Amino acid sequence: MTALDTAVDVLAAVLLLLGAFLCLTAGLGLVRFPDVLTRMHAGTKPQVLGVLLIMVGAAIRLQGRSVAWMLLLVAAFQLLTAPVSAHMISRVAYRRRHVRRDLLLVDELRTGGVVPDSVHRGDESADAPAGEPGDVLAESRREDQGRGPYPS
Amino acid sequence: MTVVSWLAYGMLGAGALLALVRLGAGPSLLDRVVATDTLLVIIAAGLAVHAGLERDPTVVPVLVVVSLLAFVGSVSVARYIGGMLVRFGDDSQDAGLPQAAAERTARTAQGDR
Repeated sequence: MTALDTAVDVLAAVLLLLGAFLCLTAGLGLVRFPDVLTRMHAGTKPQVLGVLLIMVGAAIRLQGRSVAWMLLLVAAFQLLTAPVSAHMISRVAYRRRHVRRDLLLVDELRTGGVVPDSVHRGDESADAPAGEPGDVLAESRREDQGRGPYPS
Repeated sequence: MTVVSWLAYGMLGAGALLALVRLGAGPSLLDRVVATDTLLVIIAAGLAVHAGLERDPTVVPVLVVVSLLAFVGSVSVARYIGGMLVRFGDDSQDAGLPQAAAERTARTAQGDR
């Protein structure tokens, strides 16, 4: 009985440590990676696998109580909501030019005749003078003209 | 269990600090959204680690609320940024420009042709 308890505790501790390690890798990837899509790639590691591991570990430790099912509910809810938010954020990121297109291998959303800009810029400032084309668009067009047509 | 709790809280805290670095330094709003999302997930994971290691079931409802809050927050900010997009020109390529600047850009493009 005690040997079984020890084995269960060791299993739960290993699961919790694995989940915590995934959270650490998410932080490292958020700091190191170059643009929004790759940062999302790093940041969603603990969102699904890390949360699953930690919830299963905590549910093993809390077995016999009714709240253990609530932990598994949290894990199932993460599985449902993570794709939705990731889809919306990445769609907006692509449209607002926060994607390093020079680092992409395949760009299926690229429009055919238009020369796409391959530079990465920050946000347009909200109090920019309204009469002129935005700094972001003007500068990215200038760089694209210097670079020439996109190799396809 | 003491070593396990030190290791787990250490890794979670380091991850949260690095996410805070990206939250402060992120060049665009979407980087900050991604960093906030990750930070809330790490906070939820820390609560669950506490609940598991101490066998303390009182923080579990907080966990449900935090995980719901992360989803609602990131989706609403993404919707808000998506509402700032304007369509201009005939290629229907989206650009994040204010309305007057988009109209002027379309006019210069027509003048070039």
